[in-house]
Amino acid sequence: MSAVLAVWILVGVAVVVLLALVLTYNRLVALRNRVDNGWSQIDVQLRRRYDLIPNLVETVEGYARHERGVFEQVTTARARAIDATGVEGQAQAENAVSRNIRQLLAVAENYPDLKANENFLALQEELTGTESKIAYARQFYNDQVMRLNTLIGSFPSNLVARSFRFTPRPFFDIEEPARVPVQVDLDTDR
Amino acid sequence: MYEQIAANKRKTILLVLGALVLLGAVGYVLGLLWATGPAGLVIALGIAAVLSFTSYRYGDRVVLASARAKAVTQEEEPRLHNVVEGLAIAAGVPKPAVYVIPEQAPNAFATGRNPEHSSIAVTRGLLDSMNRVELEGVVGHEMAHVVDRDILLGTIVATLVGAIVLLSEFFLRTWWWGGIGGRRGDDRNGGPAGAILMIVGFALVILAPLFGQLIKLAVSRNREFLADAQGALLTRYPPGLLAALHKIAASPTAMHAANNATAHLWLSQPSRFQGEKVGTIERLFNTHPPLADRIARLEEM
Repeated sequence: MSAVLAVWILVGVAVVVLLALVLTYNRLVALRNRVDNGWSQIDVQLRRRYDLIPNLVETVEGYARHERGVFEQVTTARARAIDATGVEGQAQAENAVSRNIRQLLAVAENYPDLKANENFLALQEELTGTESKIAYARQFYNDQVMRLNTLIGSFPSNLVARSFRFTPRPFFDIEEPARVPVQVDLDTDR
Repeated sequence: MYEQIAANKRKTILLVLGALVLLGAVGYVLGLLWATGPAGLVIALGIAAVLSFTSYRYGDRVVLASARAKAVTQEEEPRLHNVVEGLAIAAGVPKPAVYVIPEQAPNAFATGRNPEHSSIAVTRGLLDSMNRVELEGVVGHEMAHVVDRDILLGTIVATLVGAIVLLSEFFLRTWWWGGIGGRRGDDRNGGPAGAILMIVGFALVILAPLFGQLIKLAVSRNREFLADAQGALLTRYPPGLLAALHKIAASPTAMHAANNATAHLWLSQPSRFQGEKVGTIERLFNTHPPLADRIARLEEM
C-alpha cells in the first residue's frame, strides 16, 4: 500500500518538474524571440536613417557648398555604421552618425534660406521621427534583454537555460537624443 | 498590466451578457404583450447577439465615424505618424491606424478590439497646440489604453450604450408620432400597441442613465491614472504628458463631437460647454478624474 503511494508521489513530483521545465523553456524561447524582434526593429530604423543621410547631405549642400568637411564626415560615419558588426560595434558607429548629423544640422542653422526650404523641413521631421524611433526601439530591445538575462541568470531557470544553451544578450547602448532639440539661435536682429 | 488585461476581458464578457439579458427581457415582455409567444424573446436575443458582434467587430469604425475622425496618411501628417509609430515600437505592438478629428478642442482617444486592430485619433486642435514632446505624452497615454485592452471594453461600452440610446429614441418617437402626432388617423388615441411602445420607450429612457452608471462602474476612473502612469513610462518622460494636460486644462474650447456614449474614451472628458464648466447631465456621466488630480499625480513621478 505504502509502495503504491510512494510511486504515485514520485509520479506527481515528476509531472510537476516536467511542467516547470516546459514552462521555463517556453518562456525563454518567447523572450529570445522578443529580443530578436526588438533587434530587427532597431535595424529597420537604423536603415531608414542611412537612407535619409544622402538626401540630407544633398539638400544642405545646395545651400552650403563650402562646408565640405561636415558632409564628408557624415558620409564616412554612415558608411562605417553600415559595415559595423555586433551590438557593441553598431552602437559605437551609430553614436558617431548621430554626432555628425547633429553637426550637420547645426551648420544648416546658419542658412535661413535652407531652414525655410520645404524639402529640408520634411527631411528634418523624418530624421527627428527616425531618431526617436531608434530610441524607442532601443528601449524595447533593452527591456527584453534585461528580462531574458534575468531569467537566464536566476535559479532555477538558469539550469534550463544552461542545458538548452540560452546565452545572455548584450544591451544596445547608444546616446539618448536630446528631448528638445538644441536651438542654435544666430539671429542677430533680435 | 496582465491583471488589467484579464479584468478588461472579463468585464467585456459581463457587459455583453448583461446586454443580452436586458434586451432578451424586453423582447420577452413585448412578446407577451403582443401575444406572439417566444418569438419576441428569440428576435430580441438575435438583435442583441448581432449588436454585440457588431460592436466587437466594427465598434471602432462606429466610434471613429461618430467623432467624424478621418484617416490621415504619412505624407499628410508626418509628425503624428512618426510619434504613433515610435510609441508602438516602444510598447512592442503593431502601429495603430492614425486618425484626425476636425475639432479645435485639444483631445484624443484610442479605439479598437486588440493591439492588432486599433486606431488612435487626435483632434486638429491637439496637433496645432502641442509640441512634439507633448504629443508623445498624449499618444503614450493612448498607447497604454491599447496595450491594456481598455480600448475593447471602452468601444463596446460606447456602441452598446449608443444603441440603447438610439432604441429608446426610436420607441419614444414611434409612440409620439404614431400615437399623438396622428400620422395614421385611425390610431389617434394610441391603441394597445401605442401604449406598449410608450411603456417600452419610457423603460428604456429610464434605463439609459442606469447604463451611464454602469459605464462609470465598468470604465473605472482609475484606469485614466493607470494610463497616465504607463504612458509616461513608455515615453520615459512624464513632463511631456504633464505639459499636455496643463495645456488641455487651460484650453477653453468646447467639443462638438462630445456625447455621453463615447465620453469615457477621450483623453480628457469632453464638454459641450465653454471653459471649465461641465453640464449637469454630463456630470452624471463623469468618467474621468479631474485634470488637476491627474496633473498632481504625474508631478509626483
